[in-house]
Amino acid sequence: MRVLVCVKRVPMTGGRIVLTEDAQEIDTAHLGFTISPHEECGIEEAARLIEAHGGESVVLTLGAAEAEEQLRDAMALGIDRALHLDSEGSEWDGQATAEAITNAIRAEEAASGTFDLVFFGNESADAGGFQVGIRVAHALGRPCVTGLKGIAVEGSGVRCEQEVPGGRDVYRIPFPAIVTVKEGLNLPHYPSVPAKLRAQRQPVDTATPARQEQRLRKLRLVVPESRGKRAEVLGEGPAAAERVVEVLREIGVA
Amino acid sequence: MRALVVIERLADGVDELSLQALAFGRGLAGGPDVHALAVGEGGADLAPLLGAHGVSEVHVAEHEAFVSYAPPAVARAVVDLVERLSPGLVLAAGSDRGNEVLARAAAMVELPFAANCVDATTGDPLRVTRQRWGGSLLEEAELAGAPALLTVAPHVVAAAPVDGAEATVDTFTPTLSPDELAVRVVEHVRAEAAGVSLSDANVVVSGGRGTGSAEGFAVLEELAELLRGAVGCSRAVTMAGWRPHTDQVGQTGTKIAPDIYIACGISGATQHMAGCKGAKKILAINVDPEASIMASADYAVIGDLHEVVPAVSAEIRKARGT
Repeated sequence: MRVLVCVKRVPMTGGRIVLTEDAQEIDTAHLGFTISPHEECGIEEAARLIEAHGGESVVLTLGAAEAEEQLRDAMALGIDRALHLDSEGSEWDGQATAEAITNAIRAEEAASGTFDLVFFGNESADAGGFQVGIRVAHALGRPCVTGLKGIAVEGSGVRCEQEVPGGRDVYRIPFPAIVTVKEGLNLPHYPSVPAKLRAQRQPVDTATPARQEQRLRKLRLVVPESRGKRAEVLGEGPAAAERVVEVLREIGVA
Repeated sequence: MRALVVIERLADGVDELSLQALAFGRGLAGGPDVHALAVGEGGADLAPLLGAHGVSEVHVAEHEAFVSYAPPAVARAVVDLVERLSPGLVLAAGSDRGNEVLARAAAMVELPFAANCVDATTGDPLRVTRQRWGGSLLEEAELAGAPALLTVAPHVVAAAPVDGAEATVDTFTPTLSPDELAVRVVEHVRAEAAGVSLSDANVVVSGGRGTGSAEGFAVLEELAELLRGAVGCSRAVTMAGWRPHTDQVGQTGTKIAPDIYIACGISGATQHMAGCKGAKKILAINVDPEASIMASADYAVIGDLHEVVPAVSAEIRKARGT
């Protein structure tokens, strides 16, 4: 089978978000970067599927030149090949992102065959648009199930599980299909050192799609006001226990 | 301006987040021209409730596809109404389903879509403030095209009944293609009941990297049991395999709103705080008085959770005489 995973490079924000002076971006001067969490599970699942069923897995990202780091991380986790759509640094809205990815999938499939399954994250950690996978599925005319916490190949399709209040909803859709997944789908493994070294030598194909007009146009970012509190220190070490229980009683839970 | 609000139904009424979206939409529309879409049989029964929340007309989409959740079919019903009513605004709750349905409708009509808005101002273009990073960051943006499609972030506005008259009812059958009928819920698997659920608990006792191991959670479980609460954890803990992902509090885990959140050995990364900012009170137990969680906590104990938590449990037992 052939499987594609679409991922996004996002900063590891740590404890406090600091913006650049023009309030257009998070100041990432002192931050590391990672693959958006939901998509890490997409990578893990794609690698497992190809291990079980044979075939080829491909990872794709639309992002700055530095996003090559995340493509190599994905290959270290078992993905065979990488496609990089260079956004030339700027952020793209959901519609423009979906259009570029749709075109890339069409080109890749014309050359190497249809992807039975394409994985997206349910939403990116940073922009949280909740739409790219759905838009790509619509453009390609493929069935799409969102927010998966469980997936199993059944014959020529997939059984998909979504977490809902009180249990799980099940969908069955035929290949070729598109799914968006959530963290918790699986527990991603850590790459081995040899796998990391191997990933450094694997090829990355790069294309530079034209940036479309932004129809959800970012004006500026704003860090919401914090609760503006200073924690009341109830004490140090086990000696604080008595005061803690007083507080729990005041709140009405002890 | 005319607004169309997509309603999520419960067995016995309307989801609270949909009522919040109605309040938001009514405010933004700036008038009484508020329409609602409810799919499935019995939607007309909601007319009094929706009227009381300011809906002038409820459109009930009926089709055999709606016996279970069928997201592309719901999106098609939205698009049918958009074509018929020409609303300036289309809204839904910023829930899993609300975001999914509006994203699908946006794809069908080739319009932009803004998820999880906390504020909006009409104009050409419409201006929105929306959540990024699970609400740890806000974005001000312009949304081009008409109608404007947006979802309303949970709990940024309260549902607001207006003593309106019962809504009039319009029943219609959307035109669904075979493709739009192919994606639907075909089975529901019930979860095994397992004590107090994280999302509903009044007390959540949660552990981070500071617990040190899966075994480190024993003292947290003991305290949670004494307080009839649930045990939670940070993402670092689930990634280490110490607890299942179902215990994870955070942007990519469960979002909680307990009376008190007891965060033990948790540094307070934005990813985590996005999940617990709904807590009424936060008590942080941490060896590091400079941990970033202290900026969001109401109370703090500076110390090792392995010593502090058992001492709190012992104190509760002592007070209860058990």
